[in-house]
Amino acid sequence: MDDDKVFKTLADPSRRKLLDSLCDHNGQTLSQLCAALEMTRQSVTQHLGLLEDANLLSTTRKGREKLHFINPIPLYEVYERWIRKFEEGRLSLLHDLKTQLESDQP
Amino acid sequence: MTDKSASFIYVTYIRATPEQVFEAIIKPEIALRYWGHANVSDDWQPGSTWKHVRASDANVVDLVGTVLENDPPKRLVLNWSNESQQHDPDHTCIVAFDIEPALDGVKLTVTHTDLQPGSGMLAGISKGWPMVLSSLKSLLETGQGFDL
Repeated sequence: MDDDKVFKTLADPSRRKLLDSLCDHNGQTLSQLCAALEMTRQSVTQHLGLLEDANLLSTTRKGREKLHFINPIPLYEVYERWIRKFEEGRLSLLHDLKTQLESDQP
Repeated sequence: MTDKSASFIYVTYIRATPEQVFEAIIKPEIALRYWGHANVSDDWQPGSTWKHVRASDANVVDLVGTVLENDPPKRLVLNWSNESQQHDPDHTCIVAFDIEPALDGVKLTVTHTDLQPGSGMLAGISKGWPMVLSSLKSLLETGQGFDL
């Protein structure tokens, strides 16, 4: 799968929300995802199609239900290619600093 | 009854033959180059045991299980548990590797089921599979795995 497709697919906030929802609760049905995101069935179906096309989502059937699973492999490949390579150590320090400064707790 | 409802499905497309992907899973000398571990079994036949041993020390066995199905180069199903929990069915999960031709290579699907929500195994495999499968893809496509 090419990186372009992954980046383009992730460029949409609704699709990122769908991935977040699956990350919290993997293997959801279409109805569960619609309820979690307060989006119409039609629009969720369309976003799920694009996510599956970019290999960010995999599905399986359980009886009459179709279950959706986040597939993080392309994300990991993007991470390996575009993040790890660039000074991971320093980035993680900066990330920790930001988290600490922005949190209420010292 | 123990809740073993958690599962994952991982999919990766690899420019390689089904045979290459299948062998990369079951042949220790290949797995050592991308997994940081080797999977070892006498014959990989259903009912036989397998173990997951560390590359850095072949005496350390991290996972063990039995082979449930073996249909090379299409499908391999294993049960899978931490070495220390191998006699506890509550901590035994199932891993299926499915390999099918796709695009200009193969589609490898790893389905990991019967996991306990919130378990250490679940946390471990959620981190582990993306690394292992990306490293496998890298090895077969470029000759270089990641240092896991």
